[in-house]
Amino acid sequence: MNIVVCVKQVPDTASKINVKEGMVDTEGLECVINPYDEYAIEEALLIKERLGEGKVTVITVGPERAKDALKSGLALGADEAIHLIDEAFEGSDPYATALLLAKALEKIDYDIIFCGKQGVDEDHAQVGIALAELLDLPHVSVVVKLDISEDKKRAIAHREVEGGKEVVETTLPAVFTAQKGLNEPRYPSLKGIMAVKKKTIAEWDAQELGVSPQEVGREAAKIKTVEAMTPPGRETGQIFQGEEPGEMARKVAHLLRDEAKIL
Amino acid sequence: MSNDILIVAEVREGELKKVTLEMIGKGAEITQALGGAVNVVLMGSGVSPLADTVGHYGVQKVYLADDPVLENYAPEGYTKVLTDLIKETDPAVVLLAASTRGKDLAPRVAARLAVGLASDCTDIEVQDGRLLITRPIYAGKALAKVVEETRPQMATVRPNVFPAPEPDTSSTAEVENISVDTGDVRAKVIEMLKEAGERVELTEADIIVSGGRGMKGPENFPLLEELADVLGAAVGASRAAVDAGWVDHSHQVGQTGKVVTPTLYIACGISGAIQHLAGMKTSKYIVAINKDPEAPIFKVADYGIVADLFKVVPVLTEEFKKIKAEG
Ligand SMILES: Cc1cc2nc3c(=O)[nH]c(=O)nc-3n(C[C@H](O)[C@H](O)[C@H](O)COP(=O)(O)OP(=O)(O)OC[C@H]3O[C@@H](n4cnc5c(N)ncnc54)[C@H](O)[C@@H]3O)c2cc1C
Ligand SMILES: Nc1ncnc2c1ncn2[C@@H]1O[C@H](COP(=O)(O)O)[C@@H](O)[C@H]1O
Repeated sequence: MNIVVCVKQVPDTASKINVKEGMVDTEGLECVINPYDEYAIEEALLIKERLGEGKVTVITVGPERAKDALKSGLALGADEAIHLIDEAFEGSDPYATALLLAKALEKIDYDIIFCGKQGVDEDHAQVGIALAELLDLPHVSVVVKLDISEDKKRAIAHREVEGGKEVVETTLPAVFTAQKGLNEPRYPSLKGIMAVKKKTIAEWDAQELGVSPQEVGREAAKIKTVEAMTPPGRETGQIFQGEEPGEMARKVAHLLRDEAKIL
Repeated sequence: MSNDILIVAEVREGELKKVTLEMIGKGAEITQALGGAVNVVLMGSGVSPLADTVGHYGVQKVYLADDPVLENYAPEGYTKVLTDLIKETDPAVVLLAASTRGKDLAPRVAARLAVGLASDCTDIEVQDGRLLITRPIYAGKALAKVVEETRPQMATVRPNVFPAPEPDTSSTAEVENISVDTGDVRAKVIEMLKEAGERVELTEADIIVSGGRGMKGPENFPLLEELADVLGAAVGASRAAVDAGWVDHSHQVGQTGKVVTPTLYIACGISGAIQHLAGMKTSKYIVAINKDPEAPIFKVADYGIVADLFKVVPVLTEEFKKIKAEG
């Protein structure tokens, strides 16, 4: 069983996001593996462990610093890593990112592809699904439970929807996008961290992937950010303190009716 | 080339979701600037009666794909039906709901058409004949204004953001049945596991009552449920409450949970970590109940109560009951 996990490096969720000259300034922010991709990696490792065979490959499109995300994946137990890196890839939108991943996947064997539900940077929630379309594979998104059939040809996934869960049966290969709740991601072991040094990270550029630089990157983006802004702040409210709790509760209830006109 | 707008109706269990009307309202605004008509596509099984309802909102044409094969949502089948319609009618703009379904379908359709897609947008303006779309990024810690270079311009629209227009029962839309060819469908829904209880869904709720670590344990959540029942509200939670196993993760609000925009959000025993604020900061009104006056949640609260939530919440419930009874 060959399992590929697409990972993205993103700023830590604790980061404050600054906007400078109309663009988000990520300079100096601590970067981590996208939290949803951690569930994706964990699920890949669990499947491999359960089957007692298989290979887990982590893959990313990103600049040099994104190697850290691949190293984190290797430290957790992934067997191989591929870095799609080229100046021409910079500024790729979700479609171009999916295209690059699709080109890379055409060169390797896979039975299952995992992505995160969404990147917590730009919150597109598109790449995994677009990738499935470009590879002509079925997909199941926002997966919270996954079972692979004995013959490894099918899978049953639970996806989170409004008011419950949809149980989806699909053939493999397929793309799954991981949602929180799928599993509890492990921490890297010391042995795992040491092992990273011995593993190599393949680097593939535009030529290697057979994409023309005009197809990807900032210029080719089908969706372009014109301007980023800091959202308007909230006005300071009325904070009640030091009175009898029930009294404060009654006051707020009446303010909600009379001032906010909610009830 | 037309400047028509195609709106993909959000239908679940035979019911038209409010976000559909919100999109129609926004669509009408866009056509005022661009010209063109607002058209709606209804996909599902037994959805024909909804065409009348939709017709009351100033829609020109309803494309109807009513077929038993569309009973359950399947990304491949729905993608085929929708892309076929888009190719045939060539709309300038396609809007879908930023629901679990819309967010699943839109990227697949956009990829098949090789066009751009703006996810989860909260505002749409028209500038120089094209859409200027606002979407929160970094879970709302910043906003991006984006444009799309391709046709159609596609977006998913966050529910509860745009107002729904008033119906005009005298107006009707032309209804056109469209062919339903789903092609090869490999991923199929075989069962729906419904969550117990009839409570409204978080992302659609007008009022949300949320609990955090300050709730102390799952045994205390009924306190919030009673409050929620009186208000017709949904129940949310912080990640701390979810990770402790008190509440299912589908209730988590925040950067790695649901992003919600209700009219009223009541946070009980939640400190207001940056990841939590990211998910609820755009609520119209925020009430915070926390015993720590320094808790960051008070910075975003319209009304704050510094006290023990166990003394406050029951009184709130009683008071809201009285207010409701007074009418
Ligand atoms: C990658 C990542 C993603 C994350 N995503 C999310 C997310 O999506 N959503 C989210 O919520 N968090 C998220 N977090 C976690 C976040 O950082 C906080 O840890 C979490 O929000 C804290 O939850 P809390 O406010 O319930 O708990 P705490 O921070 O422990 O706060 C509990 C509060 O309850 C108050 N309290 C205690 N007892 C009482 C009482 N009797 N009456 C009144 N008040 C009382 C305390 O004063 C305190 O302010 C994420 C973290 C990471 C690292
Ligand atoms: N640059 C990238 N490299 C590899 N995988 C990515 C990249 N961008 C997005 N993905 C994958 O697609 C998922 C959704 O990302 P997005 O569509 O950007 O929200 C992520 O969780 C990753 O699994």
